[in-house]
Amino acid sequence: MRLVIALPYLWLAIFFLLPFALVLAIALGTNNPDAVPPVDLGMSLKNFTLLFTDDLYLAAWLGSLRIAATSTLVTLLLGYPMAYAIARARPTLRPLLLMAVILPFWTSFLIRVYAWMGLLASNGILNHGLRATGLVSDPGTILGTEWAVHLGIVYAYLPFMVLPLYASLEKLDTSLLEAAADLGASPIVAFLTVTLPQSLPGIVAGCLLVFIPAVGEFVIPDLLGGTNTLMIGKVLWDEFFLNSDWPLASAVAICLLVLLVGPIALFQRQQAKSLERQ
Amino acid sequence: MSEGPIVSIAGASKRFGAIAAVDGVDLDIRRGELFALLGGSGCGKTTLLRMIAGFETPDTGRILIDGQDMTGVPPHRRPVNMMFQSYALFPHMDVAENVGYGLRREGLPANKIARRVGEALDQVRLGDHGKRRPSQLSGGQRQRVALARALIKRPKLLLLDEPLAALDRKLREGTRFELVRLQEQLGLTFIMVTHDQEEAMSMAGRLAVMNDGRIVQVGTPHEVYEHPRSRFVADFIGIANILPVEGGRAWLALRPEKIALFANRPDTDHAEQGRIVDVAFEGDRSLYRVGLSDGSMLLVSTANVARTPREPWPRGQEVWLGWAGDAGQRLDE
Repeated sequence: MRLVIALPYLWLAIFFLLPFALVLAIALGTNNPDAVPPVDLGMSLKNFTLLFTDDLYLAAWLGSLRIAATSTLVTLLLGYPMAYAIARARPTLRPLLLMAVILPFWTSFLIRVYAWMGLLASNGILNHGLRATGLVSDPGTILGTEWAVHLGIVYAYLPFMVLPLYASLEKLDTSLLEAAADLGASPIVAFLTVTLPQSLPGIVAGCLLVFIPAVGEFVIPDLLGGTNTLMIGKVLWDEFFLNSDWPLASAVAICLLVLLVGPIALFQRQQAKSLERQ
Repeated sequence: MSEGPIVSIAGASKRFGAIAAVDGVDLDIRRGELFALLGGSGCGKTTLLRMIAGFETPDTGRILIDGQDMTGVPPHRRPVNMMFQSYALFPHMDVAENVGYGLRREGLPANKIARRVGEALDQVRLGDHGKRRPSQLSGGQRQRVALARALIKRPKLLLLDEPLAALDRKLREGTRFELVRLQEQLGLTFIMVTHDQEEAMSMAGRLAVMNDGRIVQVGTPHEVYEHPRSRFVADFIGIANILPVEGGRAWLALRPEKIALFANRPDTDHAEQGRIVDVAFEGDRSLYRVGLSDGSMLLVSTANVARTPREPWPRGQEVWLGWAGDAGQRLDE
């Protein structure tokens, strides 16, 4: 019995707490390119102060938050009608439509992002198609811009928005909408006063499931974004692999974690609350 | 516009796939009456009610409410309100917000809404429950919130879909009287859907018996019970012995309480001899199955008006059955 309880804690200690302690220790050290690993351990906070004073890092933080926020909003606006349509579809059709939402997961995330590179490149499929119409002779290139990063995040995280939204919309009792109509609510008013508040748990869950990983996203800005797309995940990668500055990269990792604790806690609370309600 | 029926249904039909849920219904509902649509499950009574509310569009026919043709009028523009079988209370709103929902849609000022919500809650004896959530209420309280919410817009016509079905038996009987009292006090027209004939009989001023999407008889509970027009109605409302008469060309519907038991041959218009096959003692009355000499079986019920040490007509007893010449209703179909 005790062993059963101890196991998850042991797991967390070995695979979460220990690595976290290592990263924290490195973050408090100083960079020494000649050492192996390239760190002198210590108790210095200068990596952290640098992160919050250097314009580059501040811009990367804000860029991450901004891109994650706008992508989350676009994902919500796209995902809500999708989830609504699936929840209102014939019951026999619903599993098929849900399957279609999950289908992209059958292919590796990395490969799908590479596919977008092929689509969006200057001589990619999209531009070929545009030139073939004859309407556009010199289309610009989306690849390497912030537009491509947004597109990639929205594409990659859309299922994480649709699924929780679907779960809350599917539970909605349609007699509530009839009651609203009966009491004088037009379809739009009934949506705003009944459907929307009833699906709020799904909206919160979906937005956090998209926003939290999008803030730390590295692959999408690296492959689809350009050199001027500043996101903190990419900065972390660059500090670690290009500059070999382990302490600074670790400090970025710690800060990212602290930054996301708030939204994660919010998500957990929301989940616990909706569990309680059931 | 205050003359004529409040609801007038002409030739209304509605099919769901191959099934005719409502099949050519003509019906007028009078102003200020409590009207019941009575029938078994799948008889079309709920579909008919939902047509009046606007949730179903008739394939053919017209529905007039207060003289206005409702064809193409969506539910939120109809001058009716409905109490749903599941009550359909909004779980994310408290009781006062639920009740005030209809008034907020009319854009009334907040203080006016608050006053009318207070009055409506007092009317259903829930004055101090305004801040509760529907999930914190008992079944009977929810039913009263649903009623207050449906009545707050002061509709001329209130539709009630199985209003008492979700309540337990004791509560149901008290609520029956309360609904009737409210309907009379407010002078409104109620149309109620129910599968429970006892409920329909005890509450309604008039009722329509439905079967297979059609209305088979309309009348007061008394008319429908004592003068059923078909074997279906005679059998559906209460209990009836259906006897073939005139050589099998017609039937006689004879209620069990219209037959009396005698020890010796009575001088009633009709008298038959039989033997008690079964006795069901129900406290206030007893129900007997009596086998006749020709092999047929009649149900007889007697009120237990006197306290007796044992069953007055035990099983196996030879008895005489007697009934008056006008005790039964002749049926052609």
